[in-house]
Amino acid sequence: MSVEVRNVSFSYGGADVLRDVSFRAGPGDLMAVLGPNGAGKSTLFGCLLGYLRPHAGQVCLGGRDVQTLSGAAIAREIAYIPQSAPVTYNYTVLDTVLMGVTHQIGIFSAPKQEHTDKAMAALESLGIAHLAGRGVMKISGGERQLTLLARALVQDAGVLLMDEPTSSLDYGNSFRVMRRIQRLGEQGYTVIFSTHEPNQAFRYANRVLALSDGGVLADGRPNDVLTGALLSKLYGVGVAVRGVQVKQAEYRMSIPWDEEEQP
Amino acid sequence: MEKTVEQSTPRYGRRFALLGLLFAAAFLLSFALGRYSVPPGTTLRILWMKALEGLHFGAFQPLPRQTWTDTEAAVVLNIRLPRILCAILVGAALSAAGASYQGMFRNPMVSPDLMGASTGAGFGAALAILLGAGYWGITLTAFCFGLAAVALAYLVSRFSRLNATLALVLAGVMISSLFSACTSFVKLVADTQDQLPAITYWLMGSLSSVKAEDMAFAAIPILLGLTTLVLLRWRVNLLTVSEAEARSLGLRSGRLRLAVILAATLVTSASVSVSGMIGWVGLVIPHFCRMLFGYDYRRLIPASILMGGTFLLLVDDLARVVTSSEIPLGILTSFVGAPVFLWLILQGGADRER
Repeated sequence: MSVEVRNVSFSYGGADVLRDVSFRAGPGDLMAVLGPNGAGKSTLFGCLLGYLRPHAGQVCLGGRDVQTLSGAAIAREIAYIPQSAPVTYNYTVLDTVLMGVTHQIGIFSAPKQEHTDKAMAALESLGIAHLAGRGVMKISGGERQLTLLARALVQDAGVLLMDEPTSSLDYGNSFRVMRRIQRLGEQGYTVIFSTHEPNQAFRYANRVLALSDGGVLADGRPNDVLTGALLSKLYGVGVAVRGVQVKQAEYRMSIPWDEEEQP
Repeated sequence: MEKTVEQSTPRYGRRFALLGLLFAAAFLLSFALGRYSVPPGTTLRILWMKALEGLHFGAFQPLPRQTWTDTEAAVVLNIRLPRILCAILVGAALSAAGASYQGMFRNPMVSPDLMGASTGAGFGAALAILLGAGYWGITLTAFCFGLAAVALAYLVSRFSRLNATLALVLAGVMISSLFSACTSFVKLVADTQDQLPAITYWLMGSLSSVKAEDMAFAAIPILLGLTTLVLLRWRVNLLTVSEAEARSLGLRSGRLRLAVILAATLVTSASVSVSGMIGWVGLVIPHFCRMLFGYDYRRLIPASILMGGTFLLLVDDLARVVTSSEIPLGILTSFVGAPVFLWLILQGGADRER
């Protein structure tokens, strides 16, 4: 259920992509991974999923080194939800979700009724059971993202790893998807998601990992560590962080600016 | 909730039953066609006798009394049966291989010869004809070159640093064009009196010269490959998602891909080596199957086998019946396939329903 990254370094052809990255995340953690393009987010995800081997340090899933685990064993620990990508074939939502049981069945077998029931339960828990028979090409981007989330739930892994879960979603769908993800964190999943939007870290995460040039710049509660200065350093633009009062709760927001702007 | 899902799920069982009936009807009809007419009842009795004999039941129970002439038996068993079985097997093989490739390459426009199985086999046949090989020599050389072409493309892709699927496509296309250039060269140097027409006719694809021994030769690799595809059919679905995704689901997609390539190549090369080049079946039939049976390979593979077998059987019947000098099957499938495909494009493909 827990992810432990110990002093991981990784380089492509001599250039360091990750330098001495360490953190630990466990149940209830809802971690946003922030960082500019090329900061090493994808490489970090590759190491977490076990398909990139760190040049130094190790990644442990549930206490075991991911490099020593089989593909099926990794799939039992960590589920990956890719960025929304165009689909070639119009599989039904249910068929898509059923792909999550791959590591639980033999090579010549197919999902059985119990797996279908489980898939339906996952869809129900995300509020999209009515879409089960629809084709994934004929539903909205938000619904498709929820479908992939349901597939991850069926996988029975404690850790959910998401690559920009709202990258191509509109404002309303982004919010709906992120709220679902937030609830999964409350239910005890370990959730790690990458995002380009600091406001998502403030709004939904209870933890943030800021990556810059392959190193960890900050790790902590968003309200504590995401200051204007840190975000400025991270993205190379001016950033102001302000509190906004909504329904008796205070939310932080970041607003970018630059020197040339006239008031 | 359960109910809405069931209501929106088409009745696949009934569709399979209808397709099965169509297949059975086409099977029986094919025996009745031809210049020498054999009554359907007699055909059935001859087949029944042969089946009993084949299963060695004859030793334990008396065979049915012979109510047919020896000529009728010879026509049914030695001429029509091998050709009918061959049409079914080749059609089933090409469409199942096409369906699998379309999933694996995440592209519905792919046909089973993408990786060079057909062009390789075509070159093998042309070379064998040029070297004056006999019938068996041609079939065997074609089969081996089909396998070799795909093996070559696969090996090139393994050593490439490109993404696995892209490398396979590129290597396949290159190997294919290399082999078709080789075939053209063979045609250029072939004797224009008898070799060139033989090569050209072979490449057009036909089942008119199929013998019982051909059947036996092609049946083994085809049944082997089809069995593999049927057993792996649910897993083939997983090849349609990106490699990173498949991997995160716990799948070693490299091994599965190799198994599917192996099975598809086995059936394609074996088909081409007995029937010549027959286009369209592997491309069009899987599309129809998707329209009727959805995208899940659990249904798509069996449906492709059944529908492909029925389709090629009927087209071959057409080839036999329409003119006295037979039209090559490869030409007919394109005549039938191309308009059907155009119609499909106009319909918006298989996604219209859901």
